[in-house]
Amino acid sequence: MSNIYTSDVLVIGAGLAGERIAVAAAKEGLKVIILSLVPPKRSHSAAAQGGMQAALGNAAKGKGDNATVHWLDTVKGSDWGADQEVARIFADNSPIAMREMAHYGVPWNRVKGGPAEYFIKGKKVTVEEDAAKEGLITARAFGGTAKWRTCYTADGTGHSVLYTMDNMAIQLGVTVHDRMEALGLIHADGVCKGAVVRSLRNGSLSSYFARATVIATGGYGRIYGHSTNAVINEGTGVSIALDTGIIPLGNMEAVQFHPTGIVPTDILVTEGCRGDGGYLLDVDEYRFMPDYEPEKQELASRDVVSRRMKEHMLKGKGVHSPYGDHLWLDLRHLGAKHLHTKLREVYDICKYFIGIDPITELVPVRPTQHYSMGGIRVNKDGHVYNMKGLFSAGEAACWDLHGFNRLGGNSLAETIVAGMVVGKQVTAFAKANPVEVSTSLARQFEERQQKRIDALYAGSGRESVVGIKRDMAEILSDKVGIFRTGEGLKEAVAEFSKLIRRADEIKVRSTIPGRNMELTEALKLKGMVKLGFCIAAGAEARKESRGAHTRDDFPARDDAGWLNRTLARWPEGAEQPELSYEPVGTIDMPPGDRGYGGGQMIPMSISVEDYNATVDELQKKNGKHETMEPINTGLKPGLWKKEVK
Amino acid sequence: MARTLTFKIFRYNPYDSDSTPFLQDYKVEETQRMNLFAALNYIRDELDPTLMFDFVCRAGICGSCGMMINGRPTLACRTLTADLPEVIELLPLPYFKMLGDLSVDTGVWFRQMEENVESWIHTQKEFDPAAEEERMDNELANKIYESERCIECGCCIAGCATANVNADFLGAAGLYRVGRFMMDPRDERDEEQWFELVSTDEGVFGCIGMMACGDVCPKDLPLLEIMAYVRRKMSAAAMTK
Repeated sequence: MSNIYTSDVLVIGAGLAGERIAVAAAKEGLKVIILSLVPPKRSHSAAAQGGMQAALGNAAKGKGDNATVHWLDTVKGSDWGADQEVARIFADNSPIAMREMAHYGVPWNRVKGGPAEYFIKGKKVTVEEDAAKEGLITARAFGGTAKWRTCYTADGTGHSVLYTMDNMAIQLGVTVHDRMEALGLIHADGVCKGAVVRSLRNGSLSSYFARATVIATGGYGRIYGHSTNAVINEGTGVSIALDTGIIPLGNMEAVQFHPTGIVPTDILVTEGCRGDGGYLLDVDEYRFMPDYEPEKQELASRDVVSRRMKEHMLKGKGVHSPYGDHLWLDLRHLGAKHLHTKLREVYDICKYFIGIDPITELVPVRPTQHYSMGGIRVNKDGHVYNMKGLFSAGEAACWDLHGFNRLGGNSLAETIVAGMVVGKQVTAFAKANPVEVSTSLARQFEERQQKRIDALYAGSGRESVVGIKRDMAEILSDKVGIFRTGEGLKEAVAEFSKLIRRADEIKVRSTIPGRNMELTEALKLKGMVKLGFCIAAGAEARKESRGAHTRDDFPARDDAGWLNRTLARWPEGAEQPELSYEPVGTIDMPPGDRGYGGGQMIPMSISVEDYNATVDELQKKNGKHETMEPINTGLKPGLWKKEVK
Repeated sequence: MARTLTFKIFRYNPYDSDSTPFLQDYKVEETQRMNLFAALNYIRDELDPTLMFDFVCRAGICGSCGMMINGRPTLACRTLTADLPEVIELLPLPYFKMLGDLSVDTGVWFRQMEENVESWIHTQKEFDPAAEEERMDNELANKIYESERCIECGCCIAGCATANVNADFLGAAGLYRVGRFMMDPRDERDEEQWFELVSTDEGVFGCIGMMACGDVCPKDLPLLEIMAYVRRKMSAAAMTK
């Protein structure tokens, strides 16, 4: 028999969301175990450069900001795909989360009173920073926001906040088992008991039991091949939820492409580059964004800027290179001092990875897969649909404040805000429920994984892990990318039907004991293909354009037919995902014009009141749990009207 | 001019009782702007699926891929083959526990170090969610951030003469962390407490000043400056004792 571990709370994933939940539970005296693929401080949260949005309103250009304006920007940014109540809970709590991190040690950049020089919309301007705000947390500009709202520590925000959070976890005595990968959830009768876990050091299997289990494993951008994501972002946490057959994933077709991945390595340079005044130039070194987006220019939301870049390249204005067409990011006018301080990671990345000095040279960039708005569908408490005792937060979850497009600075903020809010619910649940250790369940679920391992060694070998990954990346990039067509999506779905069968034809060649990395990759492969399939199927079925989901055969946002959230399940034994739909949530601000991006709209065919009357019932039908506080109690209806001029 | 590179890679699997350490040769055709992330993945995907190494962010930010590259500890992802000769020798970082081939256990060492130096803000103050944040001068915030940029890759420890003979030495990474909290006014530890913690041969007085840490740090952190700051503070504390 293998090892069995028990704890009050089991957290899978040691990035910011997972660690914040661990901290919340440990503070209440609960025993917490975190499982992580890597030492926690190496989690991908550390790579987030730009910052976190919170309506503190301390910077001069953030004057008059408040949670309602942040909420408004977020809902518009989501193209009305977000759950407006969740967006409200997020916007209200974000300032508290920033201050809390300041208390625990994050060295946020602060307001310095007096005249300050900034680049705004292509002009150098002097802004008077309020002396009365001296020393409070300052903010920089990010895309799709009415105010400067993004709190930052130079361009190492994720690093700084993750280090502080992990230090808190260490202080509170949280146990971390690193180099461990959860291969499956242990569950019975719709209740999650824990997980079966494989050691990435020696390959052994163990079972972990807990009162409450949390999946906070981040995104799965690696299935696109070209992605800014770390190589560990392969979505195992999300796919083990899908593997239960009953948990739905929300809005998998909503995939964000970040405007500035560098060419050819796909490493991200932060939105802060444009926030701080950087330009996008074409092959003629012409600044094209103001022609498309006169108001927001380079700082429209990411879906819009990425679309405009692609559109411009399709007009033949891209720069040809052996790695495909790209555009230029111009930071030269920001000057050496700025690039050596506030954008130093960007400077280092350019220098070390592509041999370019951004102080004197242009940086080659193009839109690159960056963020997964979709994920494990949870209710407003972070409780996973259809599965008691299982919670999820951060990029792995579809909590759903991002809808069909996430604003820059909202995901890093989401990790700690959701961590705080969901952490409270996880703690309450763990206190109220027993830990049920069952050796027979452990054996049953471990055997299931052992069978998979045996099958991978005994496979036909007609396919390879590398080959299937390569083909999947090509299908997704070519046919489920920034611009999508009905025909391309149909082909993608058909090709995924084949891929899912091909994934059963691989054979692991390496038989070494200990750290068999080929086996590790092979064990993840089928889950990755399933996630890709959910993306393609969801995109094919959604006959409209909303946020990052853009179809040339259905160019309008259709609020009559598609003001809803896609739910994808994978019933046991099925060969493809099963799709259903639920309302986005209660609507406070009715769908309207985002103020950027152009595009057509088909208005709602029923009244907002009639729409709202169906929300609770239809979501429950899809597996939503009762929330600790009744639905809609987090909303502040009508407050936004004061902010819309 | 395309080169054929020869990688001489250290092989050893501690979980295989038949395994003995040796250097294995792999031939790789160099491509434009190839870095060691691309080269090692090519070797594993196409030549040898049993090879073990670590990458996470592959962008020089997470500190996972420290290894000895032609005798020097540094990050593999940021190393371009164009900057190396045709023969490239890769060894795991010394000092840390070996997990297999080029993979070592830096995570457990850093967690232990962090527990030892109590790498968190020590304060009696409770967080008040309703209150405005405590003010801080922006220059000080920048200074603290500067001293927090270590990515725990372990290169300074691997390159440290003292650490390689005294396993309990905090090393540059540990002392850098001490400096980070020492300069932070939010941390209420007094000189006495700091003195207890680092005024030993395992702490700041163990450094014999060979300065390799400063030479090899891939992030070009001012390690020597911060260590001098900690030493100065502790020497002054010793005088007043």
